Amino acid sequence: MKDVMFTVDENVRIAENVYKMTLYGDTSDITRPGQFVNVKLDGLYLRRPVSVCDKTDEKLTLIYKIVGKGTERMAGMPAGTELSVLSGLGNGYDTGVSGDQPLLIGGGVGVPPLYLLAKKLTGEGKKVSAVLGFNKAGEVFYEKEFAALGCDVQVTTADGSYGKKGFVTDALPDGCTYYYACGPLPMLKAVFNSCKSDGQLSFEERMGCGFGACMGCSCKTVTGYKRICKDGPVLYKEEILWEK
Amino acid sequence: MGKMSVDLCGITLDNPIIPASGTFGYGLEFAELYDINILGTFSFKGTTKEPRFGNPTPRIAECASGMLNAVGLQNPGVEHVIKYELPALKKVFHKKVMANISGSCIEDYVYVSELLDREEQVGWLEINISCPNVKAGGMGFGTSCESAAVVTKAVKTVTKKPVIMKLSPNVTDIVSIAKACEDAGADGICAINTLLGMRIDLKTGKPIIANVTGGVSGPCVFPVALRAVYQISHTVKIPVIGCGGVSTAEDVLEMMYAGATAVQVGAANLVDPFACKKIIEELPEVMDRY
Repeated sequence: MKDVMFTVDENVRIAENVYKMTLYGDTSDITRPGQFVNVKLDGLYLRRPVSVCDKTDEKLTLIYKIVGKGTERMAGMPAGTELSVLSGLGNGYDTGVSGDQPLLIGGGVGVPPLYLLAKKLTGEGKKVSAVLGFNKAGEVFYEKEFAALGCDVQVTTADGSYGKKGFVTDALPDGCTYYYACGPLPMLKAVFNSCKSDGQLSFEERMGCGFGACMGCSCKTVTGYKRICKDGPVLYKEEILWEK
Repeated sequence: MGKMSVDLCGITLDNPIIPASGTFGYGLEFAELYDINILGTFSFKGTTKEPRFGNPTPRIAECASGMLNAVGLQNPGVEHVIKYELPALKKVFHKKVMANISGSCIEDYVYVSELLDREEQVGWLEINISCPNVKAGGMGFGTSCESAAVVTKAVKTVTKKPVIMKLSPNVTDIVSIAKACEDAGADGICAINTLLGMRIDLKTGKPIIANVTGGVSGPCVFPVALRAVYQISHTVKIPVIGCGGVSTAEDVLEMMYAGATAVQVGAANLVDPFACKKIIEELPEVMDRY
């Protein structure tokens, strides 16, 4: 983890209530797809955790949905805005166990962290499939970007206004060796119950610090108590306990 | 003794800065970020007899200039702390540490205090009779002079280390409780723990925190804490540690003018993991300025 000043380069709307922000700054502490950053915003006390969608050595891409005051404020930030960012948080996805035909399953703003993962997996020469689920056509984003990496992409919408009608679990392809999922809790549960292969799932929780100090985001797992921010957000399928 | 050093119950601190319990774990997360030996000391995560998971999530909410938490004393239990956390801490922290102790009955406080009394690295026992987030015990012991005195006496009988009672602001008269602790043999007072509060999510009309209520901390509670420290330190003779919303070197100085011997920094560590380091670096200059 590092405290880094980032400068907003571009901040554009890419779907209904969904924005893509690219920032310049030192990304060296982001070492795995599935990690997140914690952004300090003027006038708000707690930082806002946002998953890393993409990164190069000096550029970071975040995709976020407006869900409250923090993300609303982010959406209004012009290029040149400076942000204090705790970078390189969380464990991220382990790509070493993916086999040669991994499947990525994303729902809504659970899709962004799968992009950097797709980049890594396709870069390793794997045949990657992606099922991206949204509520409706207006909320769909990044279909082309995943396809451009060479992924076999299937989009689903709950209302059928784009792609296949239904949920991600209605469009799971056969023959995958492993899966990686990120999305809302009901989606993760459905994926957990539907997918026979092993996998890793990324979880969300209200956080205090984002780096393991406050115990604000703890959950129970098969292997003991874990902090979503530090020991997660990615958990192996076999670790997960669904009791709340 | 350096310019910033203070005496806390007979142990010299290089400076008065102490990360508050519950915001600093057992030190290890922060030791990865900076040399935590620059701290005066730190108060480790509230430790109980048995391991505790704590409350269901969400445990955290935000408010203007602060936050609420209802972690509920998640900790691995005192035996685990002694076997794993303290040996790991010893490798990275070479000063006395403050052991924060909680319990749901007097016997628990005594049990944990007795075990931690034997630990060489533990300098002080900070007895938490002020946690607002647990059902049994916790704050219950800190809301009357009688029960606060009973816990103080019970702990004092099993330890030779200085005993600091951490008090709740959720009372009618914190000063009389501080005085009762002093009369029962306490060596110091830490004021204050979090203020009981809540937030409601407008989208659902329901409380944000699963526990419904949580403890408010951060800059918004600073004036409340400062007032408590001022009143207590003008009544008791034992040292008072100021705690509540301290985020800057200026806040530290204000607390010390109010009568604090040392100052704990809590929520600020969560927003800026380098908060204590920055405060320690800025304090000499701020002391010169005022």
